[in-house]
Amino acid sequence: MIHRQLSACAAISLAMAVFPAAAEDLTIGLASEPTAVDPHYHDVSPNNALAMHIFSALGELDADQNVHPSLALSWDTEDDNTWVFKLRDDVTFSDGSKFDADDVIFTFCRVMNNEGSVAATASSEVTNFASVEAPDPYTIRIKTKNVEPLLPELLSQILVLSDGIVEHGDLSFDLENDCGVTGAWPTVDDFNNGDAAIGTGPFVLEKFSKGAGITISRNENYWGKAPEWDKVSFVPVPSAGPRLAGLLSGDYDLIENPAARDIGQIEKRDDLEYTAAASNRVIFLQMDIGREDSPFVEADDGSNPFQDERVRRAVSLAIDRQAIVDRIMDGFAQPAYQFVPDGMFGGIENPEPLNYDPERAKELLVEAGYPDGFKITFHATNDRYINDSQVAQAIAQFLTRVGIQTELDAMTRSIFFTRRSNKEFSFSMGGWGSSEGGAASFLRQYVTTENDDLGVGASNYGAWSDPEFDEVLLKAITTIDENERKALLQKAEQMAVDKLGFIPIHFESSIWAHRKGLNYEGRKDQYTLAYKITSDAGE
Amino acid sequence: MTLFITQRMLQSIAVLLAVSVAVFLAVYAVGNPVDLLISPEATQLEREQMIARLGLDRPIWAQYLTFLGNALNGDLGTSFVHGQPALSLILSRMPATFELVVCALALASIVGIPIGLWVGLNDGSIASRMVMTGSILGYSIPSFWKGMVLILLLAVWLNWLPASGRGETVEVLGVPFSFLTLDGLRHMAMPVVNLAIPNIALLIRLTAAGASEAVHQDYVKFARAKGVRRQTIVRRHILRNILIPIVTVLGVEFGSLIAFSTITETVFAWPGMGKLLITSIYQLDRPVVVAYVMVVTFIFVTVNLLVDFAYAVLDPRVKLVERMS
Repeated sequence: MIHRQLSACAAISLAMAVFPAAAEDLTIGLASEPTAVDPHYHDVSPNNALAMHIFSALGELDADQNVHPSLALSWDTEDDNTWVFKLRDDVTFSDGSKFDADDVIFTFCRVMNNEGSVAATASSEVTNFASVEAPDPYTIRIKTKNVEPLLPELLSQILVLSDGIVEHGDLSFDLENDCGVTGAWPTVDDFNNGDAAIGTGPFVLEKFSKGAGITISRNENYWGKAPEWDKVSFVPVPSAGPRLAGLLSGDYDLIENPAARDIGQIEKRDDLEYTAAASNRVIFLQMDIGREDSPFVEADDGSNPFQDERVRRAVSLAIDRQAIVDRIMDGFAQPAYQFVPDGMFGGIENPEPLNYDPERAKELLVEAGYPDGFKITFHATNDRYINDSQVAQAIAQFLTRVGIQTELDAMTRSIFFTRRSNKEFSFSMGGWGSSEGGAASFLRQYVTTENDDLGVGASNYGAWSDPEFDEVLLKAITTIDENERKALLQKAEQMAVDKLGFIPIHFESSIWAHRKGLNYEGRKDQYTLAYKITSDAGE
Repeated sequence: MTLFITQRMLQSIAVLLAVSVAVFLAVYAVGNPVDLLISPEATQLEREQMIARLGLDRPIWAQYLTFLGNALNGDLGTSFVHGQPALSLILSRMPATFELVVCALALASIVGIPIGLWVGLNDGSIASRMVMTGSILGYSIPSFWKGMVLILLLAVWLNWLPASGRGETVEVLGVPFSFLTLDGLRHMAMPVVNLAIPNIALLIRLTAAGASEAVHQDYVKFARAKGVRRQTIVRRHILRNILIPIVTVLGVEFGSLIAFSTITETVFAWPGMGKLLITSIYQLDRPVVVAYVMVVTFIFVTVNLLVDFAYAVLDPRVKLVERMS
């Protein structure tokens, strides 16, 4: 009898050693629904975050968006245009097949042969490849057409597929001849129904059912640290109220983006907690500087006041960023004095605060020749960024107080983005999350003079243009040496802030609410990654 | 009868055509979906490729004619966002909405009609006046708020029911249904009640009004004078006569619940058609929105047709052929 008990004890303790107490399921309430499992279908956060559970890439971005080795052990440059990636040799896919260089080459080819994708995700990166070779099964040599210092960051966005999902002969990066693929390229449906969803990520897809939810389970072949959870269910609940209700009633263990105003309720409960982290999304003002005659500006002398740097400075001085953060964002934001959050690559270290000084703003308006101010219509979204219409309202009031009579026109995002890209606005509020590349992301996209050949300035709707700035930035984004690039980016960032081509307002915080005992390090990219969620019990 | 059906079918097709033009123009006037779908980092060339691939570079009439041609072949376009045929996307969501709506209307009928009848027959009593006042409340409280209160009460405080989602489903002929499992039923309970409450109120008022009017009609008095039993009078004379407006309302409500249970589906994160419509509108997924309205119009037209037939069955005086003239 005693003997039996002992052996039962031994069995239990053995079981506990092999399966720690955390061997349990996790249910997550998502704020927006992924549209596909296919990692190359549409480059949007919900899709990327889901795909990262099932697939991995050569590199991996950490919570602060710095790149670390993943499927690639290391990388190096042979010259400005040649990169060599050393791959792991101990990785198998979820179906048991070995991972090697062929899978990487196949993945690059699939990115370029992706008929049904919404916007050919990552194809611009691969288009820049002059050649890709595999000197041995665990080495990849990439030659780029244009110098691309951010290649490891960019490749961390291209999730690797298994070449076993198509019929093929010898694979090579030969786009003219379909790279040696003889069968049909996989479609988005092949991934959604699970056939092609074979990856090297910590989880495997169980079920992807649009609207109803997504279930993944632990990948027993995973090469890295095994996640704590046997099974994870994602339930898309786009409205914040029902999502919170689901957490309060215990339906979900963790939810994304609870409304900041509801955090008080979570604090009151002793079985719930929240995690807040600065995100990489900056909210900023964009002014029409390029046109003499701008549609929504009305000054007595018929000029466009935004062309005067003093006016732009006045706008910046008129806004009390701290008040917006405290009163409208409930403290879940940081005032922005530059365009990337502190600690991000290429950002200014300890930027000078952009003060609130309405008196000085009025003086500047007088100096600029607008003693009676002028009239503008301010355009903003009302359903895209956190509390966007309230923030815009506050800004309009701050400006009106110093004499710039501001009328707010807030609209739904679908109309706003269309009108903005038609350059219909004179003054608008936008948001941008800088992901890979740190400071370069916003600067090259919004601040640089538009140049399609160089692929910069595509979002410079206000046509702010400064040759000095352009020179520094263009040099920065083609400099391979990291320290040199960092210095150039910091210089460019400082110039953008000083010359006020754009006016930063605040950085949104991302918030996750969860039951007590769970731990999640908030990420700047706002992704919810179940394999990064740990429990006190599992540690 | 055949003539009637033919004529009604032609009318229905005309309605569908008119709606398709209106919706197409309206939806295509809103904004450019490319600005939402494509990353701002895309180059002009990539944008143009995308616009061409989605067919958005062509004049609107050409886009409409293509749509019409494809629609005649049963193809209502492909979702920009999901990359799936819009119709199959909507149809895949339909069973979820359908089971919710059918259950809600069944519940509303079972509860609403008897209460309404009782109120109508006991016109003027304090209890009946209280029910009538209560029904105004049931009808006028916003669905969103009611849903949240239900969740707060039953899910958060009492923890009796799950707050959202669809729960466990069972596939019947390849279509998943929730009402066949206990877990599914638990998930259904709150959304069904939420959808049923205004309809219960509506049916109570409608039945009560009809019944209290019918009681004083000559044929009821006559039947009573003849000595027909009270139960029979209620069942055969009163109920049958007041059922026509009730069937009409049920038909219309069925159509509008299928089409616009959006709010309830949003509150309870129920993966039905309404939730799809909302996300599609946000993302400017034009083909899905257009297909949605077409499907819904089709449902309305069909339901109206069936309601007309139901009239004939309920009231022999209604002659279908006569109604044509």
